[in-house]
Amino acid sequence: GEKLVLSELLQPIKAKSALSSVKKELNKVKQKKAVELPLSKEEAERVVREAAYVRTSKDVGKWQQVVLQNRRAEQLTFPMKQELVAVAPLEQVVSAWKARTPLEQEIFGLLHKTQQPITDPLLTPQEKASLQAMSLEEARQRRAELQKARVLQSYYEAKARREKKIKSKKYHRVLKKSKRRKALKEFELLRNADPEAALAKLEELEQLRMEERMSLKHQNKGKWARSRAIMAKYDLEARKAMQEQLAKNKELMQKVQVELPEEEPGDVPAEDLVAESVPTVPMDASGANPWMLGKPSGPAKEPEVQEDLGDVTEPAVAESKDMSEEEMSEEEALLQDFEQKRHIRRQQAASPELQGADKAEMVSELPEDISVHPICPEEQVSMGIDQPSPAQQEVLLLEQPSRVQTMEDVEAFASEECAEEQEIPVAAGAEKRVHQQQEGRAEDRQAKKRKAKKRRIISLQAVLAGKSQEIQCPSLPVAVEEEEGGIDQRGVITEAFAGDDVVADFRREKRKAEQAGKPQPVNLVLPGWGEWGGTGLRPSKKKMKGFLLKPPTAPPRKDQHLPHVIMSEQRNIHAAAHQVSELPFPFEKHQQFERSIRTPVGSMWNTQRAFQKLTAPRIVTRAGHIIQPISAENV
Amino acid sequence: VPRNYDPILHPFEVPREYTRALNATKLERVFAKPFLSSLDGHRDGVNCMAKHPKSLSTVLSGACDGEVKIWNLTKRQCIRTLQAHEGFVRGMCARFCGTSFFTVGDDKTVKQWKMESPGYGEEEEPIHTILGKTVYTGIDHHWKEAVFATCGQQVDIWDEQRTSPMCSLTWGFDSISSVKFNPIETYLLGSCASDRNIVLYDMRQSTPLKKVILKMRTNTLCWNPMEAFIFTAANEDYNLYTFDMRFLASPVMVHMDHVSAVLDVDYSPTGKEFVSASFDKSIRIFPVDKGHSREIYHTKRMQHVITVKWTSDNKYILCGSDEMNIRLWKANASEKLGVLAPREKAAMNYNQKLKEKFQYHPQIKRIARHRHLPKSIYCQVKEQRIMKEARRRKEQNRRKHSKPGSVPFVSEKKKHIVAVVK
Repeated sequence: GEKLVLSELLQPIKAKSALSSVKKELNKVKQKKAVELPLSKEEAERVVREAAYVRTSKDVGKWQQVVLQNRRAEQLTFPMKQELVAVAPLEQVVSAWKARTPLEQEIFGLLHKTQQPITDPLLTPQEKASLQAMSLEEARQRRAELQKARVLQSYYEAKARREKKIKSKKYHRVLKKSKRRKALKEFELLRNADPEAALAKLEELEQLRMEERMSLKHQNKGKWARSRAIMAKYDLEARKAMQEQLAKNKELMQKVQVELPEEEPGDVPAEDLVAESVPTVPMDASGANPWMLGKPSGPAKEPEVQEDLGDVTEPAVAESKDMSEEEMSEEEALLQDFEQKRHIRRQQAASPELQGADKAEMVSELPEDISVHPICPEEQVSMGIDQPSPAQQEVLLLEQPSRVQTMEDVEAFASEECAEEQEIPVAAGAEKRVHQQQEGRAEDRQAKKRKAKKRRIISLQAVLAGKSQEIQCPSLPVAVEEEEGGIDQRGVITEAFAGDDVVADFRREKRKAEQAGKPQPVNLVLPGWGEWGGTGLRPSKKKMKGFLLKPPTAPPRKDQHLPHVIMSEQRNIHAAAHQVSELPFPFEKHQQFERSIRTPVGSMWNTQRAFQKLTAPRIVTRAGHIIQPISAENV
Repeated sequence: VPRNYDPILHPFEVPREYTRALNATKLERVFAKPFLSSLDGHRDGVNCMAKHPKSLSTVLSGACDGEVKIWNLTKRQCIRTLQAHEGFVRGMCARFCGTSFFTVGDDKTVKQWKMESPGYGEEEEPIHTILGKTVYTGIDHHWKEAVFATCGQQVDIWDEQRTSPMCSLTWGFDSISSVKFNPIETYLLGSCASDRNIVLYDMRQSTPLKKVILKMRTNTLCWNPMEAFIFTAANEDYNLYTFDMRFLASPVMVHMDHVSAVLDVDYSPTGKEFVSASFDKSIRIFPVDKGHSREIYHTKRMQHVITVKWTSDNKYILCGSDEMNIRLWKANASEKLGVLAPREKAAMNYNQKLKEKFQYHPQIKRIARHRHLPKSIYCQVKEQRIMKEARRRKEQNRRKHSKPGSVPFVSEKKKHIVAVVK
């Protein structure tokens, strides 16, 4: 509780003036300040302007970063916003568009009639129905089936194609035969089951035969022939006809084969014959022949030939024979054999390293000389036959041209050498080459005689070797001369340029440049100053010593250690016209500028990528595109 | 093609590139044939032009006899002619969508026209006509909205749908010669009046922002389409001034080269260069950041160039002049027109780079700078150089003979600014 003091309660009683309230009011009013005058219109506007300006500059200032970035950018591409090709949905287009011309109306009418969909799920009623009809499982199954069928079809196609590609006649022959046999079997079955049908077929065959006869075909390939084969079993005449035809066919075939031996004399043994006519096929399959490398090996050939021979006679035999199960199996085996061979071939192709290794082996077997020379087929044959030692071979190669050389050849040889002399070849190499060329030419002529002589050459080797040295003389001297010329060449050149010694000249020049570059002593001697002067009087040595100023030694020359170079440090006035005299503006040091110049831009010194990057233009615009002002959306 | 880049195999790279640069520079001068064609058909001087915002091949021009022509640039033909006004067509602008355009003329009217020519039998009539109280001297359309601005006694901002202005912006009374909307911050406007000032306005707050007074009158101004706060003013004192609107106290760059009043200016759409038309019968191309022009175009027959436009694909320049012709120029004088093969393009880029790299070398600089000038311009340039030198010398002497500090150095940029009024 608060304490009340009596004295507080007893206030002095005063008379209240009537004006006190007014006074109070007055005081209050006095304390208050006067309201300021409103601003003049101009000033008010100015305030508004200032505020607006501050605000606007702030708004615009948000572009500062973008602007700086664009100014500094290495490359600017305009238009900045790439317009995307907007694909309007079909419904929009359709709804916005109305058919006006009669044609359009007609088309629209048709579309409506067939209930073509316009709105989003673009499905016709039929499609919808089909979608609903088939379940997922079913669809999958069906799809799998279809896939399988497709795959099978493709397999068959591939197989047919592969078979069609096989070039082996024998394969086809065998195939055909099996087909024929199959047909026969079918006919047999038909005859048992349905004789009338068989008869009809026979008649048909007869008809075919008639047609076939009109075309002159003698091979057992056509439909007629096949039908004959069927008949042959029961009809002797038919069998005869078949055989006749085959005989004819055979005759024709034989004629083709007989052609080859006609050229040759009859007494030549068969082996030689083949060797001569087909030089690329080696006779005895020794490993020494490099021509063998790419081919199937020799031994494999022989049985095939035999088979061929067998095949020629086979058809007739086969027709006469009964078709036993054995033969069937044999032929199937043959077919399989073919398949296997092909398979093996494919495998070999797939693994070339293997083959490569084989080849390497083969090569290692070869004598070195042979592998070095470019070899003519004739040489090969002779080598294959007599297998001489390398040394003998060399002798033989040398001797060959000289034996059959004519005047023409010598002339040609000489002219060729003249041509070669001009180019100053390496003597030994050239000689060898020339010999080889000569051999090649001589061999054309030789080849005819060789066959007869071959054996004799071999037996007379020793004699020929002796001869060859003798005969070398007339052809060789030219080559020897040429050799000497090659040696002399240097002398000739030195003789031709005897007058000017370039090296010494250069040395002299350099010495001169060095002398000129040295700082010269300054002569400040004044004759007659402080002593007697006149004609015949020279300044005293003391004076000379005192007034001849020696300059400080120059810094070492930059080409001091470069004997073949003179480096001049003098300013070249002609070059100065093309040089920059003062540092251009953006650069701060001359090194900067020099560096900017030193780095090349061209594609000769830069990779393509770097070149493109270095030469990229500052501004890229696209022709025919409007460049819109920058906007907030594409920043 | 596999190549060996071993530098030993390709010696003398600098001399070789220098030679290439020299050749490229020479070839550039050889191939510098900028003039493409002249569009004639007007029967009086061409007073104003406008670009079509959507079509590169269309350009509009208004003549001093009130005729407006629409041109097809690919055919180089006039495709439409209409008598828009009585007296001068003072200004014209296309609507941002390209469907219509506006013209103002000496007959105190603003007219809106369709861009398409009227169908057969239809009258050639404006869509709208607004009759004003005073002469309108210029017009510009907003870049995004249906709003346009005219200038005359004051800057009026109009809604397309109404016949009275939305607001009128004034700051003192004087005839305003040109008004331009900012293409980026579209609420901003710039105008220049004949009392030598440039005034900026804000459309949102409908108030002027700031005024800068130059020594002489500004004829037109143009905003940079890539830099929101940069604009360039073409002045009567033969110079152009590039301002940053946030710092109006001094221009960013003074562009000098003309020898007579500069009448019009237009930015390239890339914002890196602008073209100016001058009373000295030439047009010049200035890089934004350089004080001097990189190119001058003139022909014997071209008289005072009143209006100039840079096409929106950055390839061509159009100028309309007193002698009733509109001329079409290449923006890059030696550029090959048409499609370039990739190799050609690569070679061109390489040459460009080489020229840039060796631009400071005296021979190359000499060749690259060389331009033929008509005698009148050449003499005037020389004369003005002498005058400038004399003025400089006088100032130097005055400075030398007065109390140090009493004659201050004033930079070239500040020299031309009288005041900035808030």
